[in-house]
Amino acid sequence: MFLLEQVVNGLVLGGYYLLIALGLSLIFSVGGVVNLAHGAFYAFGAYVAVELTNHLGFGPAIVASPIAVGMLGILFERFILRRFYTADPILSLLVTFGLALMAEQLLRIIWGAAPLSQTMPQSLKGAVFVGDFLFSRYRLMLLAVVASVLLGIWLLLHKTSFGRVVRAGIQRPDMVAALGIKLQPYMTVIVVLGVAMAAMAGALFAPITIVHPAMGAEIITVAFVVVVIGGLGSFWGVVLAALLVGVVRGITIHFAPAAGEASIYVLMFLVLLFRPRGLLGERIEKFE
Amino acid sequence: MTTNTRRNVLKGGAALTGTLALGFPAIVHAQTEKIKIGHLTPLTGFLGALGTYAQLGIRMAEDEINKAGGVMGRQIEIISEDSVNPATGATKAQRMLDQDGVAFLMGEINSAVALTIMQVAERNKRFFMQIGARSDALRGKNCNRYTFHVDIPSTVMVNAVGLALVRDNMMKGKKFYTLTADYLFGHDLAGAARNFFKGNGGELIGDELVATDVTDFSPYLLKIRQAKPDIVCSNLAGNQVTNLIKQYAEFGLPYPIVGFNLNTADAWAAGEGNLSGTWPTVWYHTLDLPASKTFVDGFIKRNGKPPENHAWIEYISLKMVAQAINETKSTDTDKLIAYFESGAQFDILKARKAYFRKFDHQLIQEAYPFTVRKKGEAKDKWDFLALGAAVPNADQPLEVLNPTEQQNPCTFKS
Repeated sequence: MFLLEQVVNGLVLGGYYLLIALGLSLIFSVGGVVNLAHGAFYAFGAYVAVELTNHLGFGPAIVASPIAVGMLGILFERFILRRFYTADPILSLLVTFGLALMAEQLLRIIWGAAPLSQTMPQSLKGAVFVGDFLFSRYRLMLLAVVASVLLGIWLLLHKTSFGRVVRAGIQRPDMVAALGIKLQPYMTVIVVLGVAMAAMAGALFAPITIVHPAMGAEIITVAFVVVVIGGLGSFWGVVLAALLVGVVRGITIHFAPAAGEASIYVLMFLVLLFRPRGLLGERIEKFE
Repeated sequence: MTTNTRRNVLKGGAALTGTLALGFPAIVHAQTEKIKIGHLTPLTGFLGALGTYAQLGIRMAEDEINKAGGVMGRQIEIISEDSVNPATGATKAQRMLDQDGVAFLMGEINSAVALTIMQVAERNKRFFMQIGARSDALRGKNCNRYTFHVDIPSTVMVNAVGLALVRDNMMKGKKFYTLTADYLFGHDLAGAARNFFKGNGGELIGDELVATDVTDFSPYLLKIRQAKPDIVCSNLAGNQVTNLIKQYAEFGLPYPIVGFNLNTADAWAAGEGNLSGTWPTVWYHTLDLPASKTFVDGFIKRNGKPPENHAWIEYISLKMVAQAINETKSTDTDKLIAYFESGAQFDILKARKAYFRKFDHQLIQEAYPFTVRKKGEAKDKWDFLALGAAVPNADQPLEVLNPTEQQNPCTFKS
């Protein structure tokens, strides 16, 4: 029973990992760029949300922050990422890593190194009991937001012509080009969506975790692990991986708390051992 | 005329002598120029926020000392860097001694890094003022003759909060559940806590180790709820404390929460309305004493925000070092050690003066338990902690919260 509670809690946590990992995975799948600066957008999302909360209040800040940071994503794609789609992957790794470091220092310069405090509205605080299960009211709200974002992204990718081009672009960019479709505008949208999702995760998590300059660096590793476990090019792979990581961590902490953080890396190791392309990873020609 | 006549040689020699005569004072000047002090503190990672305050504090003391004419008529130069981790911290300390020409070392907050720098100090036979790390082991079984410790050790923090809990009937027969930071300091603090529970009738029903990079505490909170303790107790450090406090308030667990370690920056980051319970501190900026207020005003003027306890402790540490150099007229390690061991008294902006114990080199000083103000009573976002009366009481000896010479396993090798 107690274990089941941990499993359910892990699923909720997985939803939060998912917000960050899904964007990372999309940008990687379509553009072939490992965006190590993804964590920076998560941090920016949190900081902008704290700042906006002081002026607009909590609710509007949660909505406005991802939009504002998403706009930043346009510049990021147009002036930086775009140069590296066809370049040696090591170059984009270096550039985005450098950007992540710069972003962290920028946060330090603007807001100072001391952590900021962000409090949630009193109405969202406290626990909800479902049967004998304990849930944080805030995290349930968070889960609902994640689920609707997820649904939106899935519909966009699978039920629109936009999504068809993107999915085709992941598998056969040369074929898409031969049909006279330019992938670059699509890529801009994908990057903006990914960046906005990361910022939304930051904004949503600011009230329950510490808002400090290095928060981006802390989350990028876990997000990356989720992407690797899920496998490239697979929407459901990332979803499955995020939930799995949340659950495995919860169960490990239940039995061996000291090993909690290590468990997700062991999970990644095992998955890669048996399924080198990740759980639901597809064979993508351009990456082989 | 290129032939070397005797006259030309003489002229050249005179010119050379002149240059030497002019150049010589410059060399002498360079030697007396500045007293360099190596300073290491974590600027990144889970203690980074505290280290940033530490730098602001020591820089303020440096400026004040230099504006007042320096020590022994020489200016002080603090060479300060991020200590990063135990291995890097030790490498940097060694480099500062070998290449940067620092006279001695100061700083640190992370107990694990402090331990490796202490070893560097001992190997090089150089003075190290270990300012902000609190692990008992540093001044206990790992102590050495070259290191002096300024911040209060784990045992004192446990005693300060523990006695307040005993007073409030929150100890005897109560079931405690603890969360412990999984590194040197946390283990050390948990040990001191266990001793206190045992000695005062508290019952420890669970203890969880928490890695220093944990940001999500929800699985731990669920375990706590399943265990149904009377009181939850934090042996965590740095960002961990803030995350725990925020998520404890988020889940709204009904058990009172207390803690044996908290730095005020961590409490500020948690925000008003999230923190509750009784916690220890070594100093707080609302302390109602003229000297302390002068320091706080000066700090706010410089930095636009009040000093955190690590800013205060770095400030008074450099002032103590300056006093020692002025009194001994030396930066020599042996002379500094002799001075600090002499029982010299230091004004550390508290009601009672402090001194170092000779046998374990621990600064003996007052500490304070604090609680949290009711909602709406805080003047600003830094004011929501209500400082309790200093411990020990004014009529008790200052040492009473510290382990005695018999209890503390510290012996100096040389």
